[in-house]
Amino acid sequence: MAKGITLQFVPYGEIAYLSSFQRVKRLIDLAAEDKILLVQGKLAPEEEADLIQETMKKIKSSSRFKGIELASFVPKTKNLPLAQSIKENLARALLGSDRDVFTIIGPATIVREIKKDPTKLQLLLRK
Amino acid sequence: MSSFIDFFTNLFNGLFSVKRNVKLGFYGPPNGGKTTLANRICKDWTGEELGKVSKIPHETREVQAKEKVEIKFNNKKAVFKIIDTPGIATKIDYEDFLPYGLSIKEAKKRAKEATKGVIEAIKWLDDMDAVIVVLDSTKNPYTQVNITIIGNLVARKIPVLIAANKTDLRGANVKKIEAAFPEYDVVGLSAKAGHNMEEFYSKLFELIKKKGGRK
Repeated sequence: MAKGITLQFVPYGEIAYLSSFQRVKRLIDLAAEDKILLVQGKLAPEEEADLIQETMKKIKSSSRFKGIELASFVPKTKNLPLAQSIKENLARALLGSDRDVFTIIGPATIVREIKKDPTKLQLLLRK
Repeated sequence: MSSFIDFFTNLFNGLFSVKRNVKLGFYGPPNGGKTTLANRICKDWTGEELGKVSKIPHETREVQAKEKVEIKFNNKKAVFKIIDTPGIATKIDYEDFLPYGLSIKEAKKRAKEATKGVIEAIKWLDDMDAVIVVLDSTKNPYTQVNITIIGNLVARKIPVLIAANKTDLRGANVKKIEAAFPEYDVVGLSAKAGHNMEEFYSKLFELIKKKGGRK
């Protein structure tokens, strides 16, 4: 039987009100279930550092978990026409500045590499 | 009269004062050349190297430091504590070490030690006065590990200098690193070959004058 890959969307509202520790733990626990996470928003730099530390602890305590691949993607909004730029800024002000940013977290057993450049993200999966 | 003397005292101190015990950290992903650069500096100014280098990733698995490294450059002088840290990674798989000829037992031990090393490296971030982020200039700089390291230094207001290492290798692209991190000073160099160390030392003294993370 063909094995599927689960891509789980994690909306901003699902993790926004958790403490930093709980947020990081929830994301690692989901990734350890072999799910690729598409997280709305972005972790703070200190949370990203915590995420790496917790990932290392999880690798040490598990024989199967090998870590994660991680990338945040900020849509390019420069050089937009003035009217659209105003709309973008208004939406950011209303929704919070990180709502249009996405973070992808994939277990290293499934995602070999996330290639990133300023305009695109590529997920390279393991065979 | 006393203000006249104070003026010259302050001027003298400003010109010739020695910064002491500047804790200078070397951070970056594995195999960027952190230890090679730290060794180059320690060898240049103390005659002794700091740590072992190897082609196998995660050779440095514990934070290692050299105290009282006095650097004199262009009439400036400072005393550093050079702190070399394990490479920061988001994944560690013992199987990645097997192609380098390690046994399964050795590879598993190395992987376990490497996970501890990453945790330790992150914990040390708070102790640094300034940091050199060492990147391999033959590799894509747009990685989350690089962004996370620099983001954490900026959040802690620790001055950052990016060393675009391995410029002696074909495929080195310092411009790509400059484009990826336009807000930070980047110096292209080869720690192994000793290329462009003059510019590195010049930027190092600019770095320790800064109070924040950016240019």
